[in-house]
Order: sequence, then structure tokens, then C-alpha cells
Amino acid sequence: MANLFAGIGTSHVPGIGAAVDKGMSQTDYWKPLFDGYEPAREWLAKEAPDVVILVYNDHASAFSLELIPTFALGVAAEFQPADEGYGPRKVPVVEGHPELAWHLAESLILDEFDMTIVNKMPVDHGLTVPLSITCGQPEAWPFKVIPLCVNVIQYPQPTGNRCYQLGKAIRRAVDSFGDDLKVAIFGTGGMSHQLQGERAGLVNAEFDIAFLDDLTRDVDRLVKISHVEYLRESGSEGAELVMWLIMRGALDDDAKEVYRHFHVPASNTAAGLIILENP
Amino acid sequence: MRDDRIYSDIPGTYVFDPQHSMQGYHLNMFCMSLNQAENREKFREDEEKYLDQFPLTLEQRQAVLTRDWVGMLRLGGNIYYTFKIAIFDGLSMQQVGAAMSGVEAEAFQKMMIDGGRPIEGNRYKSEWDNNG
Repeated sequence: MANLFAGIGTSHVPGIGAAVDKGMSQTDYWKPLFDGYEPAREWLAKEAPDVVILVYNDHASAFSLELIPTFALGVAAEFQPADEGYGPRKVPVVEGHPELAWHLAESLILDEFDMTIVNKMPVDHGLTVPLSITCGQPEAWPFKVIPLCVNVIQYPQPTGNRCYQLGKAIRRAVDSFGDDLKVAIFGTGGMSHQLQGERAGLVNAEFDIAFLDDLTRDVDRLVKISHVEYLRESGSEGAELVMWLIMRGALDDDAKEVYRHFHVPASNTAAGLIILENP
Repeated sequence: MRDDRIYSDIPGTYVFDPQHSMQGYHLNMFCMSLNQAENREKFREDEEKYLDQFPLTLEQRQAVLTRDWVGMLRLGGNIYYTFKIAIFDGLSMQQVGAAMSGVEAEAFQKMMIDGGRPIEGNRYKSEWDNNG
């Protein structure tokens, strides 16, 4: 039987990917951030999941305003790195897990989460930067990846509670998959940041640290954070944190924090990483 | 920016809501087209001619040509889309953030290294108004 054993929350700032790609991760600016990623890389290499369900958002790469799915699940055998305007990142092709992905689609839809099913979807920094953060620069990614793409660009995004409930449904789906697979789930994006407008550069470390704390202490509070509270307190792009709640929902209620790292800034963003494990 | 929404009292923030999406559809789809290398080449050759393919308003067209980053947001642009133009120009998000908030890039970068723009005093428009 498949076993969903742990979750990682992490920011997916494109500048972090660029620092990896350009060999700049040991510069004065980036070193403190990357030093804090090292224990997470060691943990993940040791745990060696077979499959990662990677919750992220697309940034005008695979989807445009022509089509705005709230939750899109990638069921293909592979996903190519997207050209976001610089040419595609030179990172390995992302290999999917069609059998588990289709099982998720079937289970989730019958569980009344109306997923969009995607067979062709280039994946941008939202998905590939978390892989670089947690795996470095391997020849091939060390696990299969099922992309779960969430609309957080067009208001209204799905609510925190809806995301959390989706996480719970993902867990039910994984638990009912017959093959022996070790499965982890990543929730990505955030933490506080505002890219746009005269308020650009907003960071709210207090909000972020309380968010990290309450992933194990008071999930109910996090699930109730409204869109306007995210906008006001964590910046116009801070609502990406709802994607961490999908990850959280998929774990046991009493999941334990095993590691965290928080650093300001990564480009215009407060970068956070947390590892949660089921007991 | 509309003033009848629960987030309308947040300063310096352009929420990409249904109204903005309607207003900015063609502007954003132009930006999206720059994901393709051949389109970037065409835009580089002749920006005006390239823009003719997209039914932008005159204000939107001017905002693109003059790289009025806040103007594009006001006219329905979404930052992830308009940032495609910044990528085309070889600008970083910090340089664009500086331009949008009216400071030099070095000052913006220093603000980020010092912990970012603080939340105190930046939650409500009234806090900005009071400081002139």
C-alpha cells in the first residue's frame, strides 16, 4: 500500500533557481539561504521517497488567462521545463507517475473535488525550484513527481479551508492505492512577499514565523486566514501559502516538525522551508 | 483601483480580481506571447508593429512602450504577466520593484537585505495618507 509519510513546505522564488543554475549559491548573498537547505537535502536523500506530489502554481507559463483551472493535476509520464522568457531552465525533465496520478484524479473527483486533468503541461520555476532546493543539481530527479497546479494568480484563489480539505482527500486517495510506494507531498510558494505596486518588497516575518509555528500548533487558525488577511498581512503574493495547507491536510493531525529554515531575503521574498513527518 | 472591495483599503496594491482580469486580458495575453523566442525577436525588431496584433487600449499601449510598470498594473496588468516584459528588458524583480515604489534599485535592494518593507505603517491606505 502507498504510504504518505511526510510533507515539505518551501518557497519557490525564481531567483533561488537562478542562483543554482549560475553556480552562485555560495556567494555572500545566497550562502545563508542555501546553508539552511543542506539539512533538508540530507533528510530527503535519506528518506528517498518514490513519488512526490508537488503542489505549486504556474506563473503564466503552461496556463494563461485563456484557461484558469483552480486545481490541475498532471497525469503525464513527463513534464518539460517551461520557457518563462529566458529559455527553459537547464534542469532534468520531470518524470511523472501516471498510475498514481490517475488514481488520485479518480479518487479525488469521486470524493467531490473536481480536478482538471492535464496530460500536457510545461512546468515552470514554481515546480522546478523546489526540486533544486531539495535535490541540488542531479542528472535526473531522484523521484517521480505528480504536479498539482493551483490557481493563486487570479483572484479569488481557493480558500485555505478548501485547500486543507483537498489535502485530506489526497491522503485518502494515497492510502487507497494498492502499490507499495513511499510518497511525500510538497506545498510550495510564499512566504510573505509582494512583487507589485508601490508596496512592493513587503515582508512580514512575524506573520511567517507564526505560520510555521501553527502548522503543528494551531492548524485551525491557519485554515481560517482569509484572502484579505493574506493580502494585507503577507503581501499581494503571500496567499500562495494556501498551497502549504494542501500539504498540511495530507498529513496526520499530529504530524511533527523535524526541521525548519527561514531567511530574508531571497530576491523580494521571505523564504521559508519546513519538514513535517507523520508520527 | 476599485474602492468597493474589502481589500480596497490596502495601499499600493493592485489585486488581480475579475475587474482587472476583464480590463487587462489583451495586455496580459500580449505579455504571455513573449514566452516564445520567435515572438521576443519580433518584439525586439519593432515594438509598435508587434503590439498592433493585440487590441490594447491607447493607455495600455503607452504604458508598455514607456515601461510604466505601475501604470500597467492600474490598467489591468498582472505582475506575473507584465514581468515578461521585464525579463525581455533584462531587468530583475528587484529593479522593477524599485521602479514601482519610486526608489533607486540600490535602495530597494538594501531595504530587502534589511528585512524588507515593514508591515507596520503599510497595512492601510489611511496610514499612508497620514504621512503625506
